Amino acid sequence: MSVEEVAAAVAERYPDVVVARGEATVVIARDDLLEALAWLRDEPRLRMDALSSVTATHWPERDPAFWVDYELRSMPSPQRLRVKVGLAADDPSIPSVTGMFPTANWHERETYDFYGITFEGHPELTRIELPADWVGYPLRKDEPLGGVPTWYRDAKMPPIDQRGQA
Amino acid sequence: MRTTGHEPVAPFDPAGDVASGFRDPATGEYRQETMIINMGPQHPSTHGVLRLVLELDGETVIRCKPVIGYLHTGIEKNTEYRTWVQGVTYVTRADYVAPFFNELAYCLAVERLMGVEAPERAQIIRVLLCELNRITSHLVALATGGLELGAVSVMLYGLRERELIMDIFETITGLRMNHAYFRPGGVLMDLPEGAGRKIRDVLDVLPRRIDEYETLLNDNPIWRERNVGVAVLPAARCLELGVTGPVLRSAGVAADLRKDMPYAGYETYDFDVVTRAEGDAYARYRVRIDEMRQSLRIAEQALQRLLDVHGPVMIDDPKVGWPPKLSVGPDGIGNDPAYLEHIMEDSMEALIHHFKMVTQGVDVPPGEVYATVEAPRGELGLFVVSDGGHRPYRVHMRDPSFVNLQAVPDVIEGYLIADIIPAIASLDPVMGGVDR
Repeated sequence: MSVEEVAAAVAERYPDVVVARGEATVVIARDDLLEALAWLRDEPRLRMDALSSVTATHWPERDPAFWVDYELRSMPSPQRLRVKVGLAADDPSIPSVTGMFPTANWHERETYDFYGITFEGHPELTRIELPADWVGYPLRKDEPLGGVPTWYRDAKMPPIDQRGQA
Repeated sequence: MRTTGHEPVAPFDPAGDVASGFRDPATGEYRQETMIINMGPQHPSTHGVLRLVLELDGETVIRCKPVIGYLHTGIEKNTEYRTWVQGVTYVTRADYVAPFFNELAYCLAVERLMGVEAPERAQIIRVLLCELNRITSHLVALATGGLELGAVSVMLYGLRERELIMDIFETITGLRMNHAYFRPGGVLMDLPEGAGRKIRDVLDVLPRRIDEYETLLNDNPIWRERNVGVAVLPAARCLELGVTGPVLRSAGVAADLRKDMPYAGYETYDFDVVTRAEGDAYARYRVRIDEMRQSLRIAEQALQRLLDVHGPVMIDDPKVGWPPKLSVGPDGIGNDPAYLEHIMEDSMEALIHHFKMVTQGVDVPPGEVYATVEAPRGELGLFVVSDGGHRPYRVHMRDPSFVNLQAVPDVIEGYLIADIIPAIASLDPVMGGVDR
């Protein structure tokens, strides 16, 4: 089954499908997420039964401001599918998929830790990489880096986020 | 808020910040009949800075909670403030035992975004180095795992053979680890003179050495006693937890991205996917030993191809390929006299282009990709997003150690405290990859 055939099969139910660079991506509304993942897993032509990765990207100047990415994989056939869900800046929450894919547990904790996206229904949504008392979500684009100037002999380099585009 | 170390001292709490899972839900207190202890984060047999909070009933582990993050260095965030080429030097530091795989997955992702492919000779060099790297990684797993179980000779032998391969890496890339040798569009430079012979010597000596490990360990009563039937993780549970690599293959699932979704020309190499049925720590040891033999097979084929396939090792596109063809002069310094003359004397435009390439690097078209390679510990995936600029917008590393480590409670709850050591060693997590 080629990636175009995967995309066509997905598009029958979720029409917002893009194929680019040999990868299929489907955009799904937040409220449909659990139902869509269950359908993608059970549909005999697709069998997207494994979750490789969950992460997010932050676009502070756009709407939606957050995109949560799920990298699905089919174990019976060598196919992948990316599921993306857009979240508004003032409501970054999404249902947890840990009930369907236990592997999502740490992925979702990491995404919460880095982006502050809340996964509703996660068994234990706590920080994973950063200390429990950390304030802020470091991979958000508007999070200050807090760098200090670097001295090198007689020259002073500003912190990297203040150097401008070289 | 970062802790300053000067806060008032709270009453001692053994599980600290992760205590919630260990308290009795009815009373909010710890149970009196069990003991909670911390193993790590600086325990010698937790493979780095892994902390396990254990609840013990005598010698039996009844609950375990892994706590990670002690080696978090913000590699993903750092890449967002560097050029695309500099990104290689960051990702290579994640799983530092298998640096070439990090570089390869990153380069494959960037190349896919740019719509280019590395030349054939570069692909062969990548495969050759990755397979040698897989052997060193499995040797580290074997050596440190052996040491933790008291098999000091296995540690000495494993690290001795690893050193042979590290010498090859040093000859080719200049560094023993953190090479930054694979670059988007190819590899930094061709193999130096004498590297082929060095690799040949190591490929000749390694099969006998691997036989030696098997003679030492396969039927060793202590090794079997500590490993057989320990840390069993059946295939169904592996798939639920997203566990990949030798741990999944030791449970009987022949999943290997080199076969399933080939990259870098793996479909043209002749090798087998090693599986075993038992799914215990001993099966994982045997799978790793046999995978080293398969890696030797692939490396032999790659070395043979390098004799026939010549040509560039970096894509022939001045907008992508940088630096130019370096050659090491008698003073030991890499340089390209013809290119230097070109930019300094012939062409002003070439000098401007050179300056832009060095300071900004390449622009990558907007888009997002998820490139995967079969790393020694399983599926390594790089999710790379570009907004069209000369810096990555987002680089996420799906590191196999991170995902496999979620299986720790499964493989040690219900076993004895002594079984934790072979269990962790057989999962083979590298904390640099877990925490990134």
